[in-house]
Amino acid sequence: MQETLEQTPSKQDYRPPRFPIRFSRHNADDLAKRTTGLIALLASLLVPIIALVLLFRAWPILTSKPLQELLLGTSWHPYKGIFGFLPFIMGTLWVTILAMVITVPPSLLTAIYLAEYTPSRVRSIIKPLIDLLAGIPSVVYGVWGVLTLVPLVEHNIVPLCREHLSWIPFLNSENPTGFGVLSGGLVLAVMVFPIIISVAEEVIHVVPQGLREASLALGATHWQTTKHIVLRQALSGVAAAVVLGFSRAFGETMAVMMVVGNIPQLPRSLFDAAYPLTALIANNYGEMLSVPMYDSALLTAALILLIVVLIFNILSRLVLLRMHRYE
Amino acid sequence: MNRRMIEEKLFKGLMLASLLIVLGSLGLIFLTVLKHGLPALNLAMLTQTPKGGYYLGKEGGILNAIVGSLCLAGGATIIAFLLGFPIAIYLQFYATRRRIAEVVRLTMDVLWGIPSIVYGAFAFILMLWLGVRASLLGGILALAFLELPILTRGMDEAFTMVPTALKEASYGLGATKIETAMKVVIRQTAPVILTAILLAFGRGIGDAASVLFTAGFTDRLPDSLFRPVASLPLAVFFQLATPFPAVQQRAYASALVLTALILFISILSRALANKMKKHIIR
Repeated sequence: MQETLEQTPSKQDYRPPRFPIRFSRHNADDLAKRTTGLIALLASLLVPIIALVLLFRAWPILTSKPLQELLLGTSWHPYKGIFGFLPFIMGTLWVTILAMVITVPPSLLTAIYLAEYTPSRVRSIIKPLIDLLAGIPSVVYGVWGVLTLVPLVEHNIVPLCREHLSWIPFLNSENPTGFGVLSGGLVLAVMVFPIIISVAEEVIHVVPQGLREASLALGATHWQTTKHIVLRQALSGVAAAVVLGFSRAFGETMAVMMVVGNIPQLPRSLFDAAYPLTALIANNYGEMLSVPMYDSALLTAALILLIVVLIFNILSRLVLLRMHRYE
Repeated sequence: MNRRMIEEKLFKGLMLASLLIVLGSLGLIFLTVLKHGLPALNLAMLTQTPKGGYYLGKEGGILNAIVGSLCLAGGATIIAFLLGFPIAIYLQFYATRRRIAEVVRLTMDVLWGIPSIVYGAFAFILMLWLGVRASLLGGILALAFLELPILTRGMDEAFTMVPTALKEASYGLGATKIETAMKVVIRQTAPVILTAILLAFGRGIGDAASVLFTAGFTDRLPDSLFRPVASLPLAVFFQLATPFPAVQQRAYASALVLTALILFISILSRALANKMKKHIIR
């Protein structure tokens, strides 16, 4: 047996010795494969881990109160054990939806302009500027909102609406300050610009050049080509860009919290103060954990945020992924 | 002029107006912060820690917050890099099945979208379980979660840009995958990796919601991993929340410092990337 092995050292017979380990270059490669694979595996489990940890901590309140009461209750009295999330959910929705109404038209028009109408030299100047907008810390947005937008709303927009437009629902105001839904929406709108612009510009840019040329050759104008051919092709990607912007606005904390007033009520007009979910967590978590269920309630708020953002993000990323696959 | 030409002109005008709104708001933010921050800014603010009564308008500065932010973001960037770099290598070299790579990339994109306040809450729960109180370590942990997807996707995209021929040349010489990665691909992508690192670092400096419960706040300079640490965004936030105009002025000055720091990092990363680009094989 031993003799045959020595005589025919064929490759099939060779097994690397288990011990002692010889650390060859190929072992190193194998080790790298295993380590990086393990880290990648752990990282891809991070999303379910975060969701489960939040769910675990939110569990006490979720099991002790009916979901209906939590989500649709309008009063919030932690000391009495009453936790109704509706004012906060509505606060978040008002601010976020208003921000999207303000931000979507200019963002998409800018994205179209950058992708279709500007030469690449101009684009290479403008895009870094828009990236800069994405890099500004949210606290700085908040400071800008407090210094510029809140006074603007308080001294210009509210008096104007009170005089001329108070018959329109949502535009009558009893809030004496400028801290409210409109200021929050405006700050968020500017914060969402760079996300929608960069994602939408990218998906518009990858529409095949031949399609444009065919349309132009048939005598369509530049805008007609853009509207009927390019945008139709890029539609799902553009929608994904808008959804990404929405979920970014949905989870934004500091900037909104600095200008939105933070009063737990159901907003009735654009000028009313609101109290978004993110601000609820930021203002209260970490302290007063001795109040029963309080910590659980705040983490329920975090869980709601996470679930909404996860759904929107996964949907839009899947759409974008599919677009890139056809590229 | 017929109708479609009018429409063409109309929409071109609208698009230009939109671009002006977007760039105008960028300019307006910088101008506002500069206008309110500059008068309140002085050398003492940058070189001193808060003295007694600072938050009532007495003397002192925000050195604690500047140093604290650099420590927080620096630590978080190192951890995020140590985790993100192997993931990017795995995606590029070892993820043999396309589905696996897609799932990991999707996860990274989704992690990118999770609000920083959720990372803050998550990190705080982990800290409770580990028995760590609000501290530099906790802040680094929360920020590392936030920075991980930014760094990983940045490096992943950098690696994707490397020409296949270059990798094949390396394999052809008998190099293993990890050798190719560490000796060829890294050099080729160094400027982009550096940009990604600085981008993540900047994001770490600017984020407030994730360090709100995890890092706490203090007037001292950071001296231990297990003590609370101040951060620049929270310094802005807390000073603005005081009822004293003099302290609010300082919040504007702090916001100016923060903005300048972010701008500097952004410009630095661009300049470095451009300078190093000439060493790349095309």
